[in-house]
Amino acid sequence: MSDYIRDAIITGIGETFVMTFFASLFSYLIGMPLGVILYSTSRGRLLENRPVNFVIGAIVNIARSLPFLILLVLLIPFTRFIVGSSIGTTAAIVPLTIGAIPIVARMVESSLNEVQPGIIEAAKSMGATPLYTILHFIIPEAMPSLLQGGAINVATVLGYSAMAGVIGGGGLGAIALQYGYYRYQKDVLWTTVTLLIIMVMLIQEIGIFMSKKHRKA
Amino acid sequence: MADVYELQNVYKTYKNDGKEFTALKDVSLNVREGEIFGIIGMSGAGKSTLVRTLNRLEEVTSGTVSFYGKDLAALKARELREVRHSISMIFQGFNLINQRTVIQNVEQSLKIIGMPRAARKEKARQMLEIVGLSGKANEYPARLSGGQKQRVAIARALAADPKVLLCDEATSALDPKITGEILDLLKEINEERELTIIIITHEMSVVEKICDRVAIIDDGSLAEIGDVKDVFSNPQSKAAKKLVFPSNPFDPSDENGELIRIVFDGTQSNVPFIANLVEQTGLKVNILSANTRSVGGIGYGQMIVELPKPEKDRKTVIDFFRAGGLAVSEVD
Repeated sequence: MSDYIRDAIITGIGETFVMTFFASLFSYLIGMPLGVILYSTSRGRLLENRPVNFVIGAIVNIARSLPFLILLVLLIPFTRFIVGSSIGTTAAIVPLTIGAIPIVARMVESSLNEVQPGIIEAAKSMGATPLYTILHFIIPEAMPSLLQGGAINVATVLGYSAMAGVIGGGGLGAIALQYGYYRYQKDVLWTTVTLLIIMVMLIQEIGIFMSKKHRKA
Repeated sequence: MADVYELQNVYKTYKNDGKEFTALKDVSLNVREGEIFGIIGMSGAGKSTLVRTLNRLEEVTSGTVSFYGKDLAALKARELREVRHSISMIFQGFNLINQRTVIQNVEQSLKIIGMPRAARKEKARQMLEIVGLSGKANEYPARLSGGQKQRVAIARALAADPKVLLCDEATSALDPKITGEILDLLKEINEERELTIIIITHEMSVVEKICDRVAIIDDGSLAEIGDVKDVFSNPQSKAAKKLVFPSNPFDPSDENGELIRIVFDGTQSNVPFIANLVEQTGLKVNILSANTRSVGGIGYGQMIVELPKPEKDRKTVIDFFRAGGLAVSEVD
């Protein structure tokens, strides 16, 4: 393996981290509130609202059923509009974020669904507002599960970021594709794949560790 | 004394998949300030629904629930939250936030009413002291026993100085000894703070231990209401009898044998009736079951006896008991 490729791989690791970090961050900024809305507007919940739940649920389902590769291509004009270019690491963050939002939303919704209804009843009986109940009763109680879901989401984004190489995104995925696949450099292919596996495992372990540390029951 | 609650003709009907289910039928009752009021019934009788209408966790279908003269159904969301600050509730499942420490749990009810942080901490500490858990302030609920969890729930419920405490099967998940301790604590709080307590239970022993008055709910309707000692010594309704008198476990020794139930209260419980019967009439009865219980410190007892065979002897025995002031009734 040449020094040139070694340097490229090191840069690639950094790029993959940047893409994963920012895409995860942005997807949680939008996906978490969406998940809370999906949860709280569903039937029998605090802010039951069938129309809102139906519309958001439908959008999330549609977005989630699009294959990520198709989403990448479809979003090129949108990406260009936001970052000014559709190529590169920064540009890849846009489709990664959009692709992860519906997954985050459903994951958050399912974590919140695990919270015992009795706790919500207790909050209500104390005269808490729905917003207070969500922020101070439901989310804290769901925190271990949210963290665990978070690890799964970040690992998914990392996997997706490898695909971003196809449309000119950077990172390990692009290197694997360009050198490993197009140029038949098997050693580069296996090195990058191994690195990706290690990174996913690392994220998963960190997530489980944080969730365990947080879980008091 | 003022009435805390006045319920008038309360109905609650659930609609589920087009099927209607009436959980409460025409329930009217009053709860007086400062009393411990028991609501007892079998599982599914509607008592949990009833207690949830008292803080409007359940809406009534018709009828009114008034809290200090205010119709709860008429309150707007904000007013209702305000009123709920004076109606606390504890639950069978404790419903603590497991990811928060004991003291953080207690602080919740104070945070909701907007008490500043320092005052909140101080008050929460006082409450933990009252329930005897000062040493556990920074533990997580998972490390506490059931009884301790319920104490935390009580501290949380009382921190915001409510006027009423609703207890929904609060001791049903606890063993008899711990139940006794929790009930003692509730009684103590009732006396010291003059707090009105409403207790939902399916256990007669809870009612007889601490309640002043009791309402018996049967199949969604109010079967009987009155002072605990009256209901215990002389239950009128079928539901009350079923709860007060354990069912007779034995058949008469002879298929034509007749069973009667004699009930005595504190005034006669120190008289040896059966011995006197034998001595004075020479007639014997066969005791099939007997028990006594203490209700508010007074002994109440009941006994199921099989009468002698000859018809006139039976009459003699019944007359003897009646003359002694015992209530005599037939056994189903």
